[in-house]
Amino acid sequence: MTKVIDNQKLTIGLARKMLEGKEISVEELRNLFVGRIKERNPAVNAYLSVFETHPGESAPRPSANASRLSGMPCIIKDNILVEGKKATGGSKILENYLASYDATVVAKLKQSGADILGKGNLDEFAMGSTGEYSAFGVTHNPYDLSRVAGGSSSGPAAAVADGQAIFGLGSDTGGSIRTPAAFCGVVGLKPTYGRVSRFGLMAMASSFDQIGPITQNVEDAAEVLSVIAGRDYRDSTSSPSLVPDFAAGLGESIAGLRVGVPREFNGYGLDVQVKEKIEVAIKKLESLGAKIIDISLPMTEYALAAYYIIVPSEISANLARYDGIRYGLSERKKAGNLLEVYVNSRDEGFGPEVKRRIMIGTYALSAGYYDAYYAKAQKVRTLIRKQFSDVFKKCDIIAGPTTPTMAPKIGELGDPLAFYLADIFTVQANLAGLPAISIPCGFGQEEGVKLPVGFQMMADYFKEDLLLKAAYALEQHIK
Amino acid sequence: MNKLAPDEVDRIAALARINLSTEEKSKLAVEMAGILDYVGKLSKVNVEGIEPTAQVTGLENVTRADDQMKDIFRGTKPATLLEQAPEREGDHIKVKVVLKKN
Repeated sequence: MTKVIDNQKLTIGLARKMLEGKEISVEELRNLFVGRIKERNPAVNAYLSVFETHPGESAPRPSANASRLSGMPCIIKDNILVEGKKATGGSKILENYLASYDATVVAKLKQSGADILGKGNLDEFAMGSTGEYSAFGVTHNPYDLSRVAGGSSSGPAAAVADGQAIFGLGSDTGGSIRTPAAFCGVVGLKPTYGRVSRFGLMAMASSFDQIGPITQNVEDAAEVLSVIAGRDYRDSTSSPSLVPDFAAGLGESIAGLRVGVPREFNGYGLDVQVKEKIEVAIKKLESLGAKIIDISLPMTEYALAAYYIIVPSEISANLARYDGIRYGLSERKKAGNLLEVYVNSRDEGFGPEVKRRIMIGTYALSAGYYDAYYAKAQKVRTLIRKQFSDVFKKCDIIAGPTTPTMAPKIGELGDPLAFYLADIFTVQANLAGLPAISIPCGFGQEEGVKLPVGFQMMADYFKEDLLLKAAYALEQHIK
Repeated sequence: MNKLAPDEVDRIAALARINLSTEEKSKLAVEMAGILDYVGKLSKVNVEGIEPTAQVTGLENVTRADDQMKDIFRGTKPATLLEQAPEREGDHIKVKVVLKKN
């Protein structure tokens, strides 16, 4: 290996060319990234654990994807299980928990030959939009270390942006792949709900959660999605929908593509620099032949409220399992009886945001409040789905900003509601179950430092191929 | 509302099985009120005749064959699962007494 390689410019496509052309060996490629991790992790804190050796490639089964990602160094969010390795969920309550089995997505990555470098930092149990709620320290934004990387998939997004992994897997419940992708200037895709198996993903809100790729470019996102998608008998919510080769349509013309721009996405504290970059991107789409259509998403006003009732409710049920009995932190010394083991373990193990959401969810589901909050929110969720089904009659893609602002400074957001309001443009995709992607669309500037801006696109159910085609077309013309 | 009543916070904490400190309880009383006020805006939405959405897949009665359970954890042995238990006795997870003798 004679030439100097810039990790941050390595995509799956480029790395594959170099491996096939024998310009670099799998081991040299690994060392490039492990070296970068060792150099940068103290400052960025993207990795919670690093695997010194390749965690093992399973015997390749006959599959179209065997060896498709051979040797590709990747980071896996620490709420996704890798057998035999620590899986903390970003929480003290699982600080020393060792995963007993591989998540389906991990098994698929291993079959495809991917090289898992380690586990990525995250907000505790994926609850957060900045990364500040991790029990193991915040992940710093590689563009400005005094700022957040975004959450909750903070580690994977920062690692890919900083050349510490070629791709990552994150999870998205209300924007947790797209927000950090936007803040860190990388690509983040949330698939249609049911597209990717949730088996082996620590459940946060079971009717919202999806695992998805975080990559350097759209083509890589299509590659990774092709490997991890598909029905899994281990996840009864995974869809039997056929998985196309998502990379196949990239590069086709988008002339005639109807792009809906919601007028509601022009408010909610939208930063003027973000707005400018979004408008440039929309003009670019138009210059490529897309038809720009003014649309309305009237449920935007109520979506966040519905989200922050239903999601904490599902959280309160999903986190009941962390009780100090079968695994995890167990506070038994001071506990006088069984109930005290539960209440003390959970008090000691859970951080403030987790406690807050469990409390809100418990309240919303409790007798006397269930109808006014939870049942009501479920009906609003139906209205949100109806809203999209109406809108997708008039357009193929919905486009706008991923987040209202660029990355805030660490410690800048004060009260819990401010964190929730950062999700305003992302949550509707999760409420409806629609696929959505964030791609970088340029930079703004704060205090003389350039910060990435993310452009979000949504498509109808199971139309990731159309979404990726549109994103790819825009990506080629955005500099 | 400015804050939840203290006995309300106690009631919810007991249901949630979390032993919150006094400071945590006072903080949560205020924070929860703020969040509940915000989400309370749903009271303005007319949902007459609208069915609730429990899940977005539309899938129903998804089953799997009994023999698929063999490979569900991809070869992980029960012993591996037991290794994560805080307290064990042989192949049992040990817990504090559930039923007391009279």
